Amino acid sequence: MTTSPLGRRRLLQTAGLAASGTVTGFPTVWAHNVKNVTLRQFGTGVSNLNAIAEKVKQDLGFTLQMTALDTDAVTQKAVTQPNSYEIADIEYFVTKKVFPTGVLQPMDTKRIKLFDQIVPIFTTGKLTPASQVAQGTAPNTVAFVESKTSTKFATHPTEWATLIPTIYNADTLGIRPDLVGRPIRNWKDLVDPAFKGKTAILNIPGIGIMDAAMVMESLGTMKYVDKGNMTRPEIDKTVAFLIETKKSGQFRAFWKTFDESVNLMASGEVVIQSMWSPAVAAVRSRSIPCTYQPLAEGYRAWAGGLGIAKHLSGIELDAAYEYINWYLSGWVGAYLNRQGYYSAVLETAQKFMTPDEWGYWIEGKPAQADIKSPEGKVMEKAGAVRDGGSFYERMGHVACWNSVMTEDRYMVQKWNEFIAA
Amino acid sequence: MKASYLQAAPLALILGAFLLLPMVALIVVSFFDYDSVQIIPGFVLTNYQDVLGSSVTWRTYLNTLRFTAIVWAVTLLVGFWVSFYLAFVVRSRVTQLVLFLVCTIPFLTSNIIRMISWVPFLGREGLLNTALLRLGLIRSPLEFLLFSDFAVVLAYVHLYTLFMVTPIFNTMMRIDRRFIEAAIDGGARPWQVIAYVVVPLSKPGIAIGSIFVVTLVMGDFITVRLMSGGQSASVGLMIANQISLLQYPAACANAVVLLAVVLLMIATILRIVDIRKEL
Repeated sequence: MTTSPLGRRRLLQTAGLAASGTVTGFPTVWAHNVKNVTLRQFGTGVSNLNAIAEKVKQDLGFTLQMTALDTDAVTQKAVTQPNSYEIADIEYFVTKKVFPTGVLQPMDTKRIKLFDQIVPIFTTGKLTPASQVAQGTAPNTVAFVESKTSTKFATHPTEWATLIPTIYNADTLGIRPDLVGRPIRNWKDLVDPAFKGKTAILNIPGIGIMDAAMVMESLGTMKYVDKGNMTRPEIDKTVAFLIETKKSGQFRAFWKTFDESVNLMASGEVVIQSMWSPAVAAVRSRSIPCTYQPLAEGYRAWAGGLGIAKHLSGIELDAAYEYINWYLSGWVGAYLNRQGYYSAVLETAQKFMTPDEWGYWIEGKPAQADIKSPEGKVMEKAGAVRDGGSFYERMGHVACWNSVMTEDRYMVQKWNEFIAA
Repeated sequence: MKASYLQAAPLALILGAFLLLPMVALIVVSFFDYDSVQIIPGFVLTNYQDVLGSSVTWRTYLNTLRFTAIVWAVTLLVGFWVSFYLAFVVRSRVTQLVLFLVCTIPFLTSNIIRMISWVPFLGREGLLNTALLRLGLIRSPLEFLLFSDFAVVLAYVHLYTLFMVTPIFNTMMRIDRRFIEAAIDGGARPWQVIAYVVVPLSKPGIAIGSIFVVTLVMGDFITVRLMSGGQSASVGLMIANQISLLQYPAACANAVVLLAVVLLMIATILRIVDIRKEL
């Protein structure tokens, strides 16, 4: 499904339309000039893929330069080097820190063609009209600002978006079904004495502490007002619990990078731990059973999107809008969906996926044939069903979003105490 | 201008530009303020108050010093005897050279690969545990082998013994063999030869090796993180954590304190052994 003449023709039309509105002269002139445009994008490794840059050159004609960094470095670059990029590929919780500093410009949602088809998590915050907005930095709370010149987040959808969403997922615990020896249903199973010395959590304070909070709520020892924005006493209690658990020898290790979590799980050092979905896939690709276990209390979710740097104007700004419209138009969405993430506009991505791929990744149906990664590697055999099921089953059970706490600095201090304990 | 100044100029320039200037920047930034995304130029003492006033810092320093002391003692013991064997027991120059090269084997692969390969060896289902279980020597896998302080010390010793061996071997080779003959002729027993002739004359090598080991262990963060499975803290790790959270001024303050501590330790070593006089 890599070449779709229909999709491409439509995109070329789109390019012409967007250009005629803002550039005097003919679309052909624009198409010629735009070849000299280079957009520099930076973000985390999950979505800064060379395949996307190549496809942009092919479909849109201009150059997209990508830099992949870790989350912390992304935040720093966004704020401290605002002229070093045109496109910021950042996470929504990072936006909460970054946007108020004024380095990005609000985006005119009228120029985003598929804006109305974006999954409502990013606009109203509700996946379906009946769902609740989860705790933490829910994307809809930082998705809009009040006006074109504002840096203040709006409480409801406006015409001015901070980011246009591109990628998101629901995280949970990974388990070794062959070694845990019993069904795993709750977050509290992470601290079950039966798994003493065989568990791990991730050592990234902002995310690790939320996994701990999920465990404590599951145990019934704590009830948080907002796990994504804890008060000092809540942080104190959570860290005290972590220290106590660490001293009892419950944890085998704390991991910080993707590959560490893969090694811990694949070697059997750990049988249940916090994990990211591609890490689960990596363990499974070694023919070692590993399940991304859905839990009763729900998922911890994250989401990312594209923002436009303040300094952009003229043809570069047009190209940036062009690129973002292209991003939502399906090809990238299908690419990301096939890696186990979700795309912002599902309908367009569906056109670039086979019915079997769509059934497996989005609808939670058993695979009819082998499921392959975008690079063509077999990820799942025929008959497999995605852990956690369909898109609505997974994204419909988000308990908390990755977040930035008001007491961020205090939390990090306490977290360091836990690691040093 | 005198020729000697010109001769010293290249090194002085390099050290000035790439050591002294960054160091000055480090000290300046350590007095800056910061929030969650940026550093704010200013002059505040909060970074030092946070570093010195926190019990976590003290415990972490204690832990790092403990690692340093253990690793220093073990590498000194192992390094001394390896050097002794190479310098005094092995007679042939060629054999000496070959055996010395054998000591560098741990450095033929990258640091990261070496440390990652400890996992399949020391792990719960690793080679060592499997072998011991099969031999019937243990009933259940030894958990302390990996992701523990033991594992950290083991990795350090494996890595840094060479830094002890090289300078000690070097000084031992310079010891005039006639001193030893004289000692034996004078009726000294083997252990007395070692204690009163070899050890005192090897002191500069021991001091240089100690400086290497102490500075390497004090500043390390990746060995501690990987071998303890993130469960143990070290000063370097604390600094690395702060950098990753963009708390540069705090990291700088921490680095300045660490620098002061390490310089103090080196000064002490140099106080005990005058390297220049004895080389």
